[in-house]
Amino acid sequence: MAVQIAETLVAGDAPDRTSPNYKPDLERIEIELLLEGVFRQYGFDFRAYAYASIRRRLWKRIEEEGLKSVSSLQERVLHDPQMMEKLLLDLSINVTAMFRDPGFYMTFRQHVVPLLRTYPFIRIWHAGCSTGEEVYSLAMLLREEGLYDRARIYATDINEVVLQRAKAGIFPLERMQEYTDNYIRAGGKKSFSEYYTAKYGGALFDQSLTKNVVFSQHNLVTDRSFSEFNVILCRNVLIYFDKTLQSKVHGLFYDSLITFGVLVLGSKETLRFMQHEESYQQIAPPEKIFRKVR
Amino acid sequence: MAFSVVVIGTSWGGLAALSKLLGGLPADFPIPIVVVQHRGKESEHLLRELLQDTTKLTVCEIEDKDPLKACTVHLAPSNYHVLIEQGFVSLTTEDPVRFSRPSIDVMFTSAGDVYRSETIGVVMTGANEDGARGLRHIAQLGGRALVQDPKTAEIPIMPAAAIKAVPKAEVLPLASIAPRLVELSQQASQFARLKTV
Repeated sequence: MAVQIAETLVAGDAPDRTSPNYKPDLERIEIELLLEGVFRQYGFDFRAYAYASIRRRLWKRIEEEGLKSVSSLQERVLHDPQMMEKLLLDLSINVTAMFRDPGFYMTFRQHVVPLLRTYPFIRIWHAGCSTGEEVYSLAMLLREEGLYDRARIYATDINEVVLQRAKAGIFPLERMQEYTDNYIRAGGKKSFSEYYTAKYGGALFDQSLTKNVVFSQHNLVTDRSFSEFNVILCRNVLIYFDKTLQSKVHGLFYDSLITFGVLVLGSKETLRFMQHEESYQQIAPPEKIFRKVR
Repeated sequence: MAFSVVVIGTSWGGLAALSKLLGGLPADFPIPIVVVQHRGKESEHLLRELLQDTTKLTVCEIEDKDPLKACTVHLAPSNYHVLIEQGFVSLTTEDPVRFSRPSIDVMFTSAGDVYRSETIGVVMTGANEDGARGLRHIAQLGGRALVQDPKTAEIPIMPAAAIKAVPKAEVLPLASIAPRLVELSQQASQFARLKTV
């Protein structure tokens, strides 16, 4: 042991990460210490995020700053709030699109809308809504199906900045062609251009679409359930969590759904190995739309 | 040396090349295989079905946190990056890397980071340079680098770029890649037997 310590001391700087002498187990310690430090100093909890993805994004930041190791990034982040802000942007993924995966929206119209018609009032939780494109999409769908007036959508995200953009409802004009194609393939019943006007250098969406939408900050890692819902949508959010945290959030969703409520996941997400796997039935595979049956 | 994962990257011409390679592997090939084949954003399950028809291994399209399995080809879904973790795979929707999602470089790099010298990387036909950096990362960490001989590739650009990035890579004609993988997997099990004796 004494010999090992001596070797470590003599070795000095950490070896390059592409060297065969680089120690991945030691790097794991460094990453866990950094995330613990970020949590205790700034309150952002990335400790149970999927490791490979966190590691990749930390290294992007390390390389952009011209640093050499995770530990050197830790020093910078803990002492410099501006570095934390940069890192926070690196660690938040806000990839979204209107009618993303159009086939899902088509299936939702065909298989979930008829279920929702049986309720006098519908509460929907859109968890991890990012900049809101998918919330507006859902609002359009519900309106076209005549359900919007009895629906309330709670759209939440951990990140206050993206929620502000969601509320504003202005999206890049250059994506409207893509969104129009998606809308048509999603079974849209009108002309997509009726929903927006070109304004403020972007596409400003019909503000009546958010009449029944409540945007609010919610942290899936630390916050609790806040109501009971008929539908929970959480697509491509849990992929960034490790299995333990995924399981915890699925517990939260289970507790927040009414019996026969509907849970929607991203197209490559599953309930496999989750405690509540047996409590759900998949509706209309391959779409990841599940109904809570017990 | 026991290998833990075989990672394969292809692009243009990949379906024919993959069919040949996977068709040449026995049903009990012991090392989990992960494949990134560039394809359209919306392409669905057709590729999996086409590949399944060519091989005795089980071909499955990756879902988040799938465990890595022997005798299995794990196929990257369209429009997600694949990251290799210890014993399983994660998906992400992070930005495309050099216009690709899934990116071969991203998947290869993560495989090298986790399995290091226990990684075998294979780059085959394609019309871009994805895979070269990832293969170099694997080789730097002591893993094996195999590249399809550009002369036998439908489009030689991708394997040529990989050879340039990893001059020490083993360059093999398409028909020899599967037999070489079998040989490497058998060396591994002989080594394991020696260790247990």
